[in-house]
Amino acid sequence: MNLWTSFLEALESLSANKLRSGLTILGIVIGVAAVIAMISIGRGAENTITGSIQGIGTNLLFVFRGGSEEVRNPKPITLGDAEAMADPFLAPSVAEVAPVLQGDGKVSYGGESTLTSVSGVTPQYGPVRNVAVTEGEFINEEHSLGRASVVLLGTQVAEKLFGRKAGLVGETVRIEGQPFRVLGILEEKGGSAFANQDDQVLIPLTTAQTRLIRRSTRDRVDMLLVQAVSAQAVPQASEEIAQILRSRHQTEIGADDFTVLTQQDFLDTARTITGVLTIFLGGIAAISLLVGGIGIMNIMLVSVTERTREIGLRKALGARKIDILVQFLTESSVLSLVGGLIGILLGWLISVVVGRIAAANDAAINPAIGLDTVLLATLFSTAVGLFFGLYPANRAASLEPVEALRYE
Amino acid sequence: MSDWVIEAENLTKIYKMGDIEVHALCGLSLQIAQGEIVSIMGPSGSGKSTLMNIIGCLDRPTSGEYFLDSERVSDLSDDQLASIRNRKVGFVFQSFNLLPRATALANVELPMRYAGVGRGRRERARAALESVGLGDRIHHRPNELSGGQQQRVAIARALVNEPAIILADEPTGNLDSRSGEEIMQLLLSLNRQRGTTLIIVTHDPDVAVHTQRSIRIRDGVVEDGS
Repeated sequence: MNLWTSFLEALESLSANKLRSGLTILGIVIGVAAVIAMISIGRGAENTITGSIQGIGTNLLFVFRGGSEEVRNPKPITLGDAEAMADPFLAPSVAEVAPVLQGDGKVSYGGESTLTSVSGVTPQYGPVRNVAVTEGEFINEEHSLGRASVVLLGTQVAEKLFGRKAGLVGETVRIEGQPFRVLGILEEKGGSAFANQDDQVLIPLTTAQTRLIRRSTRDRVDMLLVQAVSAQAVPQASEEIAQILRSRHQTEIGADDFTVLTQQDFLDTARTITGVLTIFLGGIAAISLLVGGIGIMNIMLVSVTERTREIGLRKALGARKIDILVQFLTESSVLSLVGGLIGILLGWLISVVVGRIAAANDAAINPAIGLDTVLLATLFSTAVGLFFGLYPANRAASLEPVEALRYE
Repeated sequence: MSDWVIEAENLTKIYKMGDIEVHALCGLSLQIAQGEIVSIMGPSGSGKSTLMNIIGCLDRPTSGEYFLDSERVSDLSDDQLASIRNRKVGFVFQSFNLLPRATALANVELPMRYAGVGRGRRERARAALESVGLGDRIHHRPNELSGGQQQRVAIARALVNEPAIILADEPTGNLDSRSGEEIMQLLLSLNRQRGTTLIIVTHDPDVAVHTQRSIRIRDGVVEDGS
């Protein structure tokens, strides 16, 4: 008995009970669609997040205060540290260093106000973070030295305060009640899951130190942004930075009181998180596939009982155990395979719709359906059909022909 | 070895129903020659059905020896029995037992599929249906055929693998007397043309008169006719 005839026969006996087969298939459709949709949405989120991290710049390093938990009283990162790193003899792999002071502040204009992140930056911040202005100019040395009350607005902030994104240079806004002249508007970076760069304002570091974001010591900063000379030099730059900070902070060996993060570190973390998320979502979806499989088993058991006489007859005519086994396994696999194929289409549809909805809400998730996902879902659903069909099929195959023929 | 197509020696069959043992066959011996037409008769509970199941290789005796077409079959495995049934036994049942969704042709093809016949299946099935007079009904489903026609399909299915014996269990039981008579005539003519051994299990004396020999079973042994 070849596989093709048993396939046709399975189709025939399944189509004899269309509603029942249809409902059984539906269970698998929902399971497979859920798995496909969840995995592709998870992948899409991962791509979006890693993409926005990559947008930060490939040769960027972040230096923070505080190392591992055991180190007590970590010394703060200071402007002196920044200057040391900018020294081409001490750190030849470092191109630029941009110290940053970070805080939150209420920015207001007229009756409008918004709470946003306020960063004190130096002129190096522009090239290091790859930010530019669409109008006006970036903070320069003069502003820094003069502790000028000037501010660069992110587009989202400008939108909130003025209702527009252009023609704002020279206006005066208040940050925490103090007047600042608008120096320029930052280039729009687009929504990012990592950190929204459009919802922030930049002021000169010196101004922030003296007037807005006060720290315990004068030259203390929150973070150093370091640009390596090239993407290949990032590990080297990281090592040089660590050496400089170890000697300046006089740390004990193996007890760094600072942390150097590269873009790769962020990428790895993000991938781990989204990977766990994808597995979690896929796992929940897989439960519905399991339930669908139990549905198959249920319906196949009913079918075996109903067709006991038929099985008896087939055995009387010379069907071996394996023939009956193959017949019923084919039926359950056809159920799950058809369900799987429809489920792939439905899952694809769901993920496209979710992608559209996300795009309409400015959270760009591009659902990614890979060939591997489709193959996995097909294999998995067929395996579910085989696994859950095995018990009913085996029951059919082990029926005694005499008993089965006598069954009413 | 001999001309016997069926040779049963001292067959016993004991069913266990809970703690009670039911002795369906008690040392039954039987021989049927090649080409013979035999009826097996007996009241219900006589062991008639048990004997038929063993002759048809659907069941195994508890003890005793059984040779079908000179092959010892009393202690074969399930799958070996299936293969013997497929090659050597053609069944005709009282209630026809056709697959309801399959055409007459597909029903007749079924035993050949289990025999692993690849090519020529369709032609052989068609020829078998023609030999029972249903050449013009091959694409009909069972519910489109009369009782007599359905039994003809069943007979075509029984002989398509050219078995050593045809085992008919009350073949006319579900038919009116006229189609019953036609079915009997068909079975007898097949015996004449092909020399197939014909064993008819019945309790209808009108059927038994057509046979050359009538074996009566009572209480698990042959009462008369062996």
